[in-house]
Amino acid sequence: MKWATGLAVAVLLALPAVLSGYAVTIFVLIFFYAFLAQAWNIVGGYAGQLSAGHAAFVGIGGYTAALLFERGVTPWIGMFVGGALAAVLGAIVGYLGFRFGLRGFYFVLLTVAFAEICRILATNIDAVGGAVGLYITFTGNPRQFQFQDQRAYYYIALVLMLLATGVAALIERRRFGIYLTAIREDETACEALGVDVLRYKLLAMIVSSFLAGLGGTFYAFQNFSLQPGAVFGIPLSVEIVIRPIIGGAGTLLGPILGSFILTPLGELSRSYFGQSGLHGAHLIVYGVLLVTVVLFMPQGAYPFLKQLFKRA
Amino acid sequence: MAVGLTLIFGVMRVVNFAHGDMMVWGMYLAFVFATRLGVDPYLSFPVCAAALFLLGVVVQRGLVDPIIAAPHEMQILLMLGVALVLENTALLVFGPEPARVRSPLARLTWDVGPLYVDVARLVTFAVAVVLTLALSLFLFRTDLGRLIRASADNHYGALVIGADVRRIYATAFGIGAACVGAAGALVSPILPFQPPTGLSLSVTSFNIVIIGGMGSLVGAFIGGLLVSVAESLGAVFLRPSLKELFSFSLLIIILLFRPAGLFGKRQS
Repeated sequence: MKWATGLAVAVLLALPAVLSGYAVTIFVLIFFYAFLAQAWNIVGGYAGQLSAGHAAFVGIGGYTAALLFERGVTPWIGMFVGGALAAVLGAIVGYLGFRFGLRGFYFVLLTVAFAEICRILATNIDAVGGAVGLYITFTGNPRQFQFQDQRAYYYIALVLMLLATGVAALIERRRFGIYLTAIREDETACEALGVDVLRYKLLAMIVSSFLAGLGGTFYAFQNFSLQPGAVFGIPLSVEIVIRPIIGGAGTLLGPILGSFILTPLGELSRSYFGQSGLHGAHLIVYGVLLVTVVLFMPQGAYPFLKQLFKRA
Repeated sequence: MAVGLTLIFGVMRVVNFAHGDMMVWGMYLAFVFATRLGVDPYLSFPVCAAALFLLGVVVQRGLVDPIIAAPHEMQILLMLGVALVLENTALLVFGPEPARVRSPLARLTWDVGPLYVDVARLVTFAVAVVLTLALSLFLFRTDLGRLIRASADNHYGALVIGADVRRIYATAFGIGAACVGAAGALVSPILPFQPPTGLSLSVTSFNIVIIGGMGSLVGAFIGGLLVSVAESLGAVFLRPSLKELFSFSLLIIILLFRPAGLFGKRQS
C-alpha cells in the first residue's frame, strides 16, 4: 500500500512534463475537486453528517482572500484567514445543527439554508462586489498566488489534495476517526457509551470547513474572479457532495477516485456538448451515475472495486 | 399566487428533490401543448397531470422502491440524481432561454373597485383550491386515501392488515407528481420559466413544507402564506433580491426550535 501510494505520487509529480496544456488544466480541476471532496468526506463521509452547503465555506474562503488581496494582503496569508473564517461559519452551522439534534434531511436543509443566505448576502452587498462579483487584477506574481504557468496550479492543487487526504488519514487512524465512524453507524449507541458526540461532530465540521475555505482561495486565484452564484450556489455544493458519494464516502481513496471519474467526464462532455449548444449534458451523466451508484453500490465505487479484486 | 401554488406543494410529503424539476416538466408540457397544438394551458393541465402521474409511478416503482428500506440519506441522494437528470434533459430539449406560455386569459383583468384582479391568477388560485379540497377529500374519505395515510403512518401496520403497500406508495407518489404537474401547467402563463427554475422551486417548496409542518395540509397552507408574505414584505421594504433571505432565515429558526414545523405533530 505504501509503495503504491509513493509510486502514484511520483507519477503525478512527473506528469506535467509530458502533458499538454489542456490536460494539465483538467488535472488541476481533478485535484481541486478531489481536495474539496476529501474535505467534505471528513464530516459527510466519516461522520455521516450530510452537508449540502459546503459551497458556503469555499465562498467565504475565496471572498476573504480576494478582499484582503485588494487591501494589499497576500493571498498566502489570506488563504488561512479565509479558512479560519470558513471554520467559524462551519462551527456555527455545526453547533446549531448538532446541538438541536437535526439529523438526516433536516441537517441537509439547514446547511442549504445557510449557504443560500451567504449567496443572497454576497449578491446584495455592494462592498463585496454584489451580483457582479469580484475580479482579481492579474499580476502574475507568485508572491500574490498568481502564476503564468498552469503547472504551478497543478502542483498547488496536488499538494492541497494530498494535504486533505493526509488529514483524513490521520483522523482515520486515531480514536477521533473511530468515534466519527461510530457516530455515523449508530449515534444513540455512541452517546450511551459516553462519547461526546456533539464535540466530535463539531470538530469534524470545523476541520472540514477550514479545508474547504482554503480551497476558496485557490478557486479565486485560479479563475481570477468570484461570482456569488458560482461559489455559494447549490450547484457547487452538489459537485462537492457527488464525488465522494460516487467514489465511496467514508473511505480515504473514495473522494479521489470519484473526482478522477467525474471531473474528466464533466469537463469533456462540457466542452464537446457545450460547443454544439447542448448544455447540461454532463449533469445528466452525473445524475445517472448517482442513481446507479445509490441503487447498485451504495457504498460507492472504491469499496465495490476493492471487493471485486478480493474475490478475483 | 404563491398561496395557490403552495397549497398543492404542501400535500406531497416524500422527500423529493426532483419536485421542482417535475413541476418544470409540467410547465414545458403545457408549453408544448400551447405552441404545437394551440391548446390553452387551462385546458391541457389534466393531461400534464396525467403525464406526470406516470412519471411519478415509474420513478417510485423503478428507483425508490428498491431502496425504500435504506437510510433516508440514500433516498435524498437518489432523488438528487433524478433531479439532475430531469433538469438537464429539459435543458437539452428546450434550451436555456426562458419560456412563457401565452394564454388569452392571462391578459384579462377585472376591476373590483380600486383593485385590479388578474383573471389568470384568479383561475389558477381557484383550480388550486379545488384540487386541494379534492385531494383532502380523497385522502380522508376514500378507502385508498385512508390506506395511503395508514401506510405513511405505519408501514408495518399497513402490511399486517393486508395492504399492498408497494402499490399504495406508487399511487401516492404518482398523485404527488400529478399535483406538481398540474401546478406547473397552471402557472406557466403567469411565471416565465427555464430549466434551472426547478431547483429554486424545489428549495421554496421545502421551505414551505418544513415551516408549515411535514404532512399537514393546514400547515402547508399557512406555511405558504408565511413564506410569500415574508418574501413580499422583504421585497417591499428592502431590495427585491433580498426577499429570499427572509424565507431562509425563517426556515433556520423553525428548523432549530420547532423541527416538526408550526403545525406538524412532534415526533419522539
